[in-house]
Amino acid sequence: MRTAPVNSYLSADAPSDTAQLSIRNVSKVFPGKRGLINKISGKTSRDFVATQDINLEIEPNTFVSIIGPSGCGKSTLLNMIAGLSSISGGEILLNGQPITGPGPDRGMVFQNYALMPWMTVEENLRFAIETVQPKLSVKQRDRIIKEHIQLVGLVGAEKKHPHELSGGMRQRVGIARALVIDPQILLMDEPFGALDALTRGFLQDEVERIWEQKRKTVIMITHSIEEALLLSDRIVMMTRGPAARIDEILEVPFPRPRNRETIEQHPLYHELKAEMESHLYRETRAVEEARIRK
Amino acid sequence: MTLSQPTPVDLIPSVSKDPWWQNENIKAAGLFALSLGLFLLFWEIGARAGWFVKGVPTATETIKELWWWVTNPFYNNGPNDLGIGWNLLISLRRVAIGYILASLVAVPVGILIGMSPVAYKAFNPYVQLLKPVSPLAWLPLGLYLLRDSEKTGIFIIFISSIWPTLINTTFGVANVNQDYLDVANTLGSSRLRTIWKVIIPAALPNIVSGLRISMGIAWLVIVAAEMLLGTGLGYFIWNEWNNLSIANILVAIFIIGLVGLLLDNLFAALEKFVAFGRNS
Ligand SMILES: Nc1ncnc2c1ncn2[C@@H]1O[C@H](COP(=O)(O)OP(=O)(O)OP(=O)(O)O)[C@@H](O)[C@H]1O
Ligand SMILES: [Mg+2]
Repeated sequence: MRTAPVNSYLSADAPSDTAQLSIRNVSKVFPGKRGLINKISGKTSRDFVATQDINLEIEPNTFVSIIGPSGCGKSTLLNMIAGLSSISGGEILLNGQPITGPGPDRGMVFQNYALMPWMTVEENLRFAIETVQPKLSVKQRDRIIKEHIQLVGLVGAEKKHPHELSGGMRQRVGIARALVIDPQILLMDEPFGALDALTRGFLQDEVERIWEQKRKTVIMITHSIEEALLLSDRIVMMTRGPAARIDEILEVPFPRPRNRETIEQHPLYHELKAEMESHLYRETRAVEEARIRK
Repeated sequence: MTLSQPTPVDLIPSVSKDPWWQNENIKAAGLFALSLGLFLLFWEIGARAGWFVKGVPTATETIKELWWWVTNPFYNNGPNDLGIGWNLLISLRRVAIGYILASLVAVPVGILIGMSPVAYKAFNPYVQLLKPVSPLAWLPLGLYLLRDSEKTGIFIIFISSIWPTLINTTFGVANVNQDYLDVANTLGSSRLRTIWKVIIPAALPNIVSGLRISMGIAWLVIVAAEMLLGTGLGYFIWNEWNNLSIANILVAIFIIGLVGLLLDNLFAALEKFVAFGRNS
C-alpha cells in the first residue's frame, strides 16, 4: 500500500496557457548502432528509449525539482530543455515558442561546475555576459559582474582562478555565471552533487536566499529529498528508465522564505518526505532487481 | 578556553626538526656532487694510466678546454676556426627559423584538423606516414630541391619539428572538454568566439607540450644535420673530429646538452604557466 499522495497530479500535466515552459509528449530515443560495418563487427545495438511522453507545465517564477532513480533520464530531459540535446518526439515550448537549440534565455549550472580554468572568477562571468550582450558598455558590464559576485558571496575572490577555489566556491561561480546573463529560466543538473554535506547545506541556503531575491523559474535535478523539499514549489518524480515517465508531481506548500528548521515543523513535511522516500525506494529497488535478472 | 592561557607550544608539532643534512634536496645535491667527483676522478686516473684508448684527454685537460672555450666564445678565424659562441648562435638561428616556421604551420593546421573529424581521418595517414621518417632522410631531398645548405638545414628542422606540435594540437583541440563547449553553446557563442575564447585556451596545455617536444627534436636534429652542412655546433664537432681533438668534442657535447636543458626548462615553465591547475 502506498500512502495517499499529497496534492499529487496525474502524470499528464494538463496543457496550460500561462505556463512559461511547456513540455509536451516529449520523448528521447538514443539511436542504436546500425549499418554494415557494425553488423560485420557484431557491434549493432538497439535504439534506446530514455524518456517517453513526458508532460510538464511550468509556471513563471516557480522552483521545480526533478527527482528519480539514477539513470532514469533526468539529465537527458534537462539537456533537451537547454537545447543541448535534440528532442526525438513531442515538443518543448518556451513562452509558446518551440525550443530548437541552446540559447541565453536559459542559464545552465553544471554538476562539475564547468568553469573555464584559464579564466579568473571575474573573467568567467565576463565571458558569459560579453557573449550574450556584446553591445553593453564596459561600465555597465562591470557593474553587473560586480553585482553578481556580491550576490553569490564571492567578493575578494574575483581575481582567483577556479583551481584556487573550493568546490563550494566554484559552484557559486557556476551559479553567478548562469545568472549574470539574466536568463528567464535557470537549469541546474545536480548542482551540489559533488559537494560535501556541510558545504551543500550552505549552498542550499544561498540558493534559497538568491531565489527569494530573483524569483526566477528554476528547474533543478537532485537526488536529495531534503534539498528538494527545502527549495521547491513543485517536485517532479520520475519513474525508472528505460522509457522513463513522470510518476507524480508534488506541490510543496511551505511558506517562504524558508529555512530548514522551520519547514520541518510544517505539518505536511513528513508526509511529503515519506511519499518521496517510498517512491524512490520502489523505483530504485526495481532498477536493482532488473540489474540482477540480467 | 580563556585567551590569557598561553598556547601550549610543545603540543604544536614542529615543521622540521630533522637536522639539515636530512633534507631531501641537500641529500640529492650531495649525492650528485659525490658521483660527479668520483666520475671525474675515475676519468682523470684512467686517462693518465692509459685504461682507455690512446688519445683520450684527461678530465683536467677537458675542463681547461671548456673554460677556454667558454671565456673566448666570440672569435672568428674563418669557418673552420670559429668561437663556440658564434657556432651556438648559428645553430640557434637555424633552429629558431625552422622551428618557428614549423609552429606557424603546425598550430593553425592542427586546430583546423582537430575541429573536424572528417579532416582528422583524411589527414591522419600523412602524419602517421611522415612522422617516423628520420629527419636526415630529408637531407638529400632538401639539398636537391633548395640547392643551398643553409636553407636545407632550416628545411630539415622544419620538417622534423612539425609533427609533434601538429599531433598534440590536433589531439588537444579534438578533446576539448565537452562541458566547456556546452557552456559556450548555452550562451549562444559564435563559432569564431568559441574557437578563440574556449577551444584554443582549452587546448593550450597540449599545444605547448607539443611545442616542447618539437623543440627537443629540433635541437637533436640540428647537430646531426650540421655535420653535413658547414657551420654551427654540429659542424664544430665534425671539424674537431677531423682535428682529432676529443677534448673539444666533449666540450661541445656539454654545451649542446646545457643549451638543450635550458630550452626545455623554458618550455616546462611555459607549460606550467598555461596549465591553471590542469593535469597536476
Ligand atoms: N549519448 C547517449 N547515448 C546512448 N544512451 C545514453 C546517452 N546519454 C544517456 N544515455 C542513457 O540514457 C539514460 C538516461 O541517462 P541520464 O544521464 O539522462 O540519466 P540521469 O537520470 O541523469 O542519471 P543520473 O541520476 O545518474 O545523473 C541512461 O540509461 C543512459 O545510459
Ligand atoms: Mg544526470
